[in-house]
Amino acid sequence: MGESKPRPRPPLPYNMRDVVLPGDAACPGCPIPMGWKVLSAVFGEKMILVIPASCSSVVVGAYPGNSLKASVVHVAFASAGAVASGITEALRRRGINDVQVIAWAGDGGTADIGMASLSGAAERNHDFIYIMYDNEAYMNTGIQRSSSTPYGAWTTTTPIIGKTEHKKDVAKIMIAHGVPYVATASVAYPHDFYAKLQRAKRIHGFKFIHLHAPCPVGWRFDPKYTARIARLAVETGLWVLYEYYDGKLRLSGPSRPYLDPSKRKPVEEYLKLQGRFKRLTPEKIEEIKKYVEWNWEWVKRHM
Amino acid sequence: MSKSMVRLEPIKYHVPLARPKQGVAGKTGFWRTEKPIVDNEKCIRCYLCEIYCPVNVIRVEPETGVTIDYDYCKGCGVCSDVCPVNAIRMVPEE
Repeated sequence: MGESKPRPRPPLPYNMRDVVLPGDAACPGCPIPMGWKVLSAVFGEKMILVIPASCSSVVVGAYPGNSLKASVVHVAFASAGAVASGITEALRRRGINDVQVIAWAGDGGTADIGMASLSGAAERNHDFIYIMYDNEAYMNTGIQRSSSTPYGAWTTTTPIIGKTEHKKDVAKIMIAHGVPYVATASVAYPHDFYAKLQRAKRIHGFKFIHLHAPCPVGWRFDPKYTARIARLAVETGLWVLYEYYDGKLRLSGPSRPYLDPSKRKPVEEYLKLQGRFKRLTPEKIEEIKKYVEWNWEWVKRHM
Repeated sequence: MSKSMVRLEPIKYHVPLARPKQGVAGKTGFWRTEKPIVDNEKCIRCYLCEIYCPVNVIRVEPETGVTIDYDYCKGCGVCSDVCPVNAIRMVPEE
């Protein structure tokens, strides 16, 4: 065999090696470091993460150490958007242009408690990326219901019949703000998330990314299925991957086949893997299917 | 009151800044109940296990195949689930 030309080094595993350090305080199978690895593949150490109270502030570890080689600012729960705006402006005044400010907040810190400061930052169109990693409940404090919890899901505050309201779709709220870039992503599709971050990096103004992140502890499934469940959410059509910029919605590659309802997997496949949907009645599953249809109708209208 | 409660001189040497450190939560390998074992003969070098690994302990090289740092591997099993050729199996830790 002759000397074969070495393959070009793909950016995704090779660029994500250095920044996220092993031995963080996350539970086994946690999607948060998976998301950080993709972030580090795009920005390297040149990022400032603004983390409000959430699982992430635990995952980076206690005081003398920090499991990320990037800068982390821990802030109060409601203030991620406000602090990130301030840091962005301060960097701009000091002429530092190569550092990306990223607000990394959970669904509680975005959809419920941080909504006001997020809305303010979006309205002022500050130049940073806001990433909401959505594990669909307050996992850090013990699985309480958040407004981002889906219909029918068990949490410790909706114990018997599950949540009776549908999920608050923050990406739609941010589209209504008229910001330059809104996207949804999933930890099961790191290449897609990588491409979206690369696009967000080049756009000036407020960028919002809604990242779907299954939590093994709160959703009651085996830690090894984190990636599989995130992928099933896309394949059943419950989670739609899209980008919204220049006033138009663009479906991302992984979600494109599921525009056709016959190609989608049955919703039950996604629900049966998770203990939080154990007590769903058939009527509730019908209601979830109706929600999926309604969501896709909205997507079709805006394409 | 003789002494002021307010400290006027700047705190120079005690700025509470956390520094990057491997293993903030200790050697997380002790959490493991199942250990991932890689069959490098079967491995097709698709890098998926390294991309998805939540603890960033898996390294894939075209020449040597998959290596796992068992000091920090939490044994979640995500790598064995995403592997397209089932080259990683989970064995119970003794």
